[in-house]
Amino acid sequence: MELKEFTINQLHEGLKKKEFSAVDLAKDYLDEIKKEDNKISAFLTVIEDSAMSQAKEVDEMISKNKDLDILSGIPCAIKDNILVDGIKCTAGSKILENYVAPYDATVVKKLKNLGAVILGKTNLDEFAMGSSTENSAFFTTKNPNDLSRVPGGSSGGSAAAVAGNMCKFALGSDTGGSIRQPASFCGVVGLKPTYGAVSRYGLMAFASSLDQIGPITKTIEDCRAVFNAIKGRDEMDSTSVKLESVNTDFKIQNLKIGVPKEYFVKGIDPDVEKIVREAIKKYEQMGAKIEEISLPHTEYALACYYIIAPSEASANLARYDGIKYGYSAAGNDLLSVYLESRERGFGSEVRRRIMLGTYTLSSGYYDAYYLRAQKVRTLIKMDFEKAFQKVDVIFTPVCPTPAFKIGEKTEDPLTMYLSDIFTVSVNMAGLPAVSLPVGKVSNLPVGLQIIGKAFEEDKILSIGEVFKN
Amino acid sequence: MISKEEVKHIAKLARLGLTEEEVEKFQKDLSPVLDYIEKLKKAEISGVEPMSHSVRVENVKREDEVCVDSVPTDKAEKLLELSPDKKERHLKVKSVF
Repeated sequence: MELKEFTINQLHEGLKKKEFSAVDLAKDYLDEIKKEDNKISAFLTVIEDSAMSQAKEVDEMISKNKDLDILSGIPCAIKDNILVDGIKCTAGSKILENYVAPYDATVVKKLKNLGAVILGKTNLDEFAMGSSTENSAFFTTKNPNDLSRVPGGSSGGSAAAVAGNMCKFALGSDTGGSIRQPASFCGVVGLKPTYGAVSRYGLMAFASSLDQIGPITKTIEDCRAVFNAIKGRDEMDSTSVKLESVNTDFKIQNLKIGVPKEYFVKGIDPDVEKIVREAIKKYEQMGAKIEEISLPHTEYALACYYIIAPSEASANLARYDGIKYGYSAAGNDLLSVYLESRERGFGSEVRRRIMLGTYTLSSGYYDAYYLRAQKVRTLIKMDFEKAFQKVDVIFTPVCPTPAFKIGEKTEDPLTMYLSDIFTVSVNMAGLPAVSLPVGKVSNLPVGLQIIGKAFEEDKILSIGEVFKN
Repeated sequence: MISKEEVKHIAKLARLGLTEEEVEKFQKDLSPVLDYIEKLKKAEISGVEPMSHSVRVENVKREDEVCVDSVPTDKAEKLLELSPDKKERHLKVKSVF
């Protein structure tokens, strides 16, 4: 068996038993990046030197028989909107092309303290705004399952790096589906944790009330190991929460799975629907009770999201002004520095969303759009609360289609937005959800979305774990 | 359809420079999205409280103390280093007028 087939725990055991060293492991993955990434383009930056020195440190610990964390020596990749001290962090944007992170994000600090080996920074749609990585200012990442197709987005680089065996795990961020949708397109596991479960300190803000950092991995078991490493309250993020340990034991015979009828309507690819329905059927055969439920405000979710997320983004991205850091145009006066730095620094999609958010927040439109959307958000959250009085978890497709062709949706922003239709509600309600690969349409993977009650990550992961193809 | 004047107004509020061609492009791009979000007008929202966060958000306070130990001394310097234009330890900007 090759190392790339190992789970994190198997690699951990191998390191402990000195079957291979952390340096061997890092070299293996760095070689794989050199060999494969000219085809896939998952990485924006590869940090070979610091990866090797981190791996050497782990090997020293092993030689001194020190206690080894499960992530010690495990090669990983970080989405390029999460800060790694001293390393370029571009957010996939021209405006931050030469920006060097001045500190570590909390999640990165945690991974470093545990001895994880960071190999590099992965590609994304500019400022995480997109569903395909085609909005990256630098290049488009390719789907390892089919190089003519997108890997999904915005964490497309992270998902492609894991699927392409160029790292053992990766971190992504998810504002409206940006971990789950690329995980589904690439055939890997992606977890969007409960809002507040993971610190956002050092994550470049897109829509602060929706953003969460989470793991992308090959298996559920790996996903749990990474989530355990990054979760928890952080004094640098006032919305992060101290996690109580929840009893997540469940018997499949007692499990009630809700399947919302609003998620199986027109627009869904029939092959995707078939695969997801078959996956649900497997749970039924294992003894779970399947119940059709209703989330009646689902039809408003995407419109609601495309008011709230751009509104927050327009405020968050005001900081990129050509003054404090990042690209600065040489203007004649202060206003022209602002206008020109932002005109040349931001790509089309980012400017579209800033415009949209500015519009929906502007005087005369605030009540009709933003305030109304905040109220609809309450209704969407209440839909889930009601559903969870009857069922333990909710199963849905992750995305209406498998990975689409590169270039297929770039001309029509609204069609691209529809790719998020099954994932945005979860962010608005703040719930945890995992994308689990459950089948393929020819060679293209399809994900099942398992949505849980707030802070029941362990439970949805355990439920995902019993799925066998 | 959003008007050209509205596009220009919004761009000015957002401090985004736009060329004439881009004004037309944004007009074309934004209109279908604005039409789509009109959907929300159908939602029954009377008596519903708005929400901004899915968790209860509270102010987190601390004593206003000089904390030399917890802030690495080079952090401020690193942040200053990132500025495109500066004079000594000040960020330099173009004149307002």
